Amino acid sequence: MFGLTALELARIQFGFTISFHIIFPAITIGLASYLVVLEGLWLWKRESVYRDLYHFWSKVFAINFAMGVVSGLVMAYQFGTNWSYFSSFAGGITGPLLAYEVLTAFFLEAGFLGVMLFGWNKVGPGLHWFSTIMVAGGTLISTFWILASNSWMQTPQGFEIIDGRVVPVDWLKVIFNPSFPYRLAHMTVAAYLATALFVGASGAWHLLRGHNTQATRTMLSMAMWMVAIVAPIQIAIGDAHGLNTLKHQPAKIAALEGHWENKPGEGLPLILFGLPDMEAETTRYAVQIPDIGSLILTHEWGGTIPGLKEFAKEDRPNATIVFWTFRIMVGLGFLMLFLGLTSLWQRYRGSLYKSKLFLRFALAMGPAGLIAILAGWYTTEIGRQPWVVYGVMRTRDAVSDHSALAMSTTLGLFIVMYFVVFGTGVSYMLKLVAKGPGTFEDSREHGQTERPARPLSAAPDHIDPAPGKRED
Amino acid sequence: MGIDLPLIWAIIIGFGLMMYVIMDGFDLGIGIIFPFVRDRTDRDTMVNTVAPVWDGNETWLVLGGAGLLAAFPLAYSIVLSALYLPLVTMLAGLIWRGVAFEFRFKSDESHKPFWDKAFAWGSYIATFSQGMIIGSFINGFTVVNGGYHEGALAWITPFSIFTGAALVVAYALLGCTWLIMKTEGPLQQQMRAFAWPGTLALLVMIGIVSIWTPLIHPSVAARWFSMPNMLYFAPVPVLVLAVTYLMLRVLRGEPHASPFLLTLLLLFLGYSGLAISLWPNIIPPSISIWDAAGPPQSLGFTLVGALFIIPFILAYTAWSYYVFRGKVKAGEGYH
Ligand code: HDD
Ligand code: HEM
Ligand code: HEM
Repeated sequence: MFGLTALELARIQFGFTISFHIIFPAITIGLASYLVVLEGLWLWKRESVYRDLYHFWSKVFAINFAMGVVSGLVMAYQFGTNWSYFSSFAGGITGPLLAYEVLTAFFLEAGFLGVMLFGWNKVGPGLHWFSTIMVAGGTLISTFWILASNSWMQTPQGFEIIDGRVVPVDWLKVIFNPSFPYRLAHMTVAAYLATALFVGASGAWHLLRGHNTQATRTMLSMAMWMVAIVAPIQIAIGDAHGLNTLKHQPAKIAALEGHWENKPGEGLPLILFGLPDMEAETTRYAVQIPDIGSLILTHEWGGTIPGLKEFAKEDRPNATIVFWTFRIMVGLGFLMLFLGLTSLWQRYRGSLYKSKLFLRFALAMGPAGLIAILAGWYTTEIGRQPWVVYGVMRTRDAVSDHSALAMSTTLGLFIVMYFVVFGTGVSYMLKLVAKGPGTFEDSREHGQTERPARPLSAAPDHIDPAPGKRED
Repeated sequence: MGIDLPLIWAIIIGFGLMMYVIMDGFDLGIGIIFPFVRDRTDRDTMVNTVAPVWDGNETWLVLGGAGLLAAFPLAYSIVLSALYLPLVTMLAGLIWRGVAFEFRFKSDESHKPFWDKAFAWGSYIATFSQGMIIGSFINGFTVVNGGYHEGALAWITPFSIFTGAALVVAYALLGCTWLIMKTEGPLQQQMRAFAWPGTLALLVMIGIVSIWTPLIHPSVAARWFSMPNMLYFAPVPVLVLAVTYLMLRVLRGEPHASPFLLTLLLLFLGYSGLAISLWPNIIPPSISIWDAAGPPQSLGFTLVGALFIIPFILAYTAWSYYVFRGKVKAGEGYH
């Protein structure tokens, strides 16, 4: 297809399928924890707004979760189908980590999901809350294992190579490899931020349309607290993450800074914009501030880091791409910080629910978290190239021996199917969100214990073709 | 030499895959029967009997894959890349039917029939692909230099097409008997009417596979038809016949759970027949579980977790089935 080799097609296929997948887990992780908080608040304060919000978001969660599961299923098999030499080489490490994820996380999520979504009237309130907590715990445990596996591929340690395959020597070192704590913190916080921005945007949308209810206000308010607190934390984690990467993958940092060589006696500039050119070995059109780069990356005046020219040509990642994906992520990170600060200011002035300008800003930032997550992963993964296990196995040695024809057929199938299926799913999710939280008729309270006709919702199941037509 | 880690892992993975066949089998089966049930409320009821549990059922498939990668990385890489295309079609089928669970309740009226079709077609495609995967697994793979280099279509043979069809029948019967257990009224009546021909069809399919496999694979023939193996393994076919007979008998009465349990037994017998034929190879026809095993450090590390956690998984899975026990009535169950 378009003259691409089987290797390139395999990479595109992996990148495409994981990009879809990661969007759903990010929302799953964030919403699951949010639902725990909502249900907890309901049990504690008994204010119906929390219960209504719980049932509202749990429907969105259900759709999102289904899409996360089926897109994840594809990922679990892709290592064997597309990267078979990687699997037979490194399976001794990535396999056990994935197996632990299934055992400790996926089963936990799946086992309690049924009760969480369908069991409101079948188990007691405490047990139901417990189920929600188990699902949320499952998503976090899942994050732990999959990021351990990915981080090990970035900064491998704790193994030996015997007979041409990886043999684990020290599991603690394998799991707690140098980049793991940073990646775990950065990704978990990213999921919370992305969800908070999504929930906040939903609240802002309803308020802009005049649906000024207790539920929409609570939604916006909770989300903005989250953004205000967590966005600065994320920036601090990101900074630490970058320093760690500088230590272990200096070529990646050189690439994402567009830094080619050190000039004698000069500190490192901070390149704001530019176009790294891999052929000419320079960053064109660079707009830069002298010396600030040193300050950020080495935390001292005039410090330097290795430039890309210090690495052999075949060991350099593609700087043109990661330079930009990195800037998109960081730029969005600072926008989030700004949103958080504005929300505090509006709250202080008492116009959090009124200022049209602010609400439009919050609405526009709805997808920002997900975009930053994608941009961040592209930076991380493309910056790792040409290695699949950094410094140990090259990507081109990892790929299965499929023909370009087979690869392009399946890639075409995935692209068409993903856009149709997940596109529809996302549109259903957005329609549900647009319908807004309703009032939940709780049959627990009417002393009805046995199976009412509609255990979970008072609203009709189908989505109103004309959303937003409500008067409250 | 202490504990035989590859052997234990083969048993665990075998157990996981059997759990998968049993559990996802009945919910895929519901998709297979779907086109034969026209009534909307009946269809909703059918889906509602599995909605709270299908995700957990599918997780056994993920465990099979992850366990294989952890314990037998060579088998994972060879078998999965050899079966690339049927695996992709299987995943495609599972995607369509998986999202249809949610989407058919969330879409507006005009799109519902589309997601009903997606649910049924997805189930057929996933099941047929799985059947073909089993068939080509029995047929075996040629391994050269630690990789698989045969054509992308080598898995399509008359035998694998037949096993594909056989699995469709098997899952349909599982789904049908599951519904006998979980529903009542006209829907249950209809399922009872299906169960009869379904059982006979499955018996015929099992019979054909049992004759066909030794015919094309002398090693399998040698395994079954030599003394004293013949005596050891004789209970398998005898039990298949006995179970079928029992099944046809209970179907004449007013059965509830018994047809489902008998179908499970039937599938278990078929499964153990397969295991007998292939043992101890994990990449048939010649690479054994010991040749394909990963480093003992990996197997040992994962085993600790597996032995400790699987009992908990079984316990809370059972609890979740218990919460949703009993007949599912029309109109209840979904949000
Ligand atoms: C940061 C978190 C994260 C990351 C990086 C990934 N996943 Fe994921 N995955 C999850 C977080 C998650 C989750 C939150 O646990 C999901 C989302 C919805 C769900 O059911 O669980 C999930 C679902 C999910 C499932 C379905 C589980 C089930 O049946 O319940 C599989 C098989 C995978 N994932 C496999 C993968 C693989 C092989 C990945 C890497 C290539 C991967 N995921 C990246
Ligand atoms: C956490 C588990 C993950 C593992 C084990 C993993 C592993 C891999 C592997 C094996 C490849 C193929 C080799 C290559 O071309 O780089 C790859 C590529 C890629 N991955 Fe990841 N990855 C993981 C998570 C992610 C996530 C969550 C994303 C998010 C979007 C992602 C984005 C990509 C992209 C875009 C590529 C293609 C990059 C390129 O080929 O230049 N990865 N990854
Ligand atoms: C604004 C300050 C930020 C800085 C300085 C920063 C820094 C970094 C760096 C250096 C990496 C690459 C690490 C590596 O490849 O080893 C990275 C990756 C990543 N970033 Fe950020 N980041 C920031 C904001 C954000 C925001 C706001 C989000 C999402 C909401 C985000 C999501 C991610 C993700 C998902 C990855 C890939 C996973 C990982 O390697 O941790 N980042 N970030």
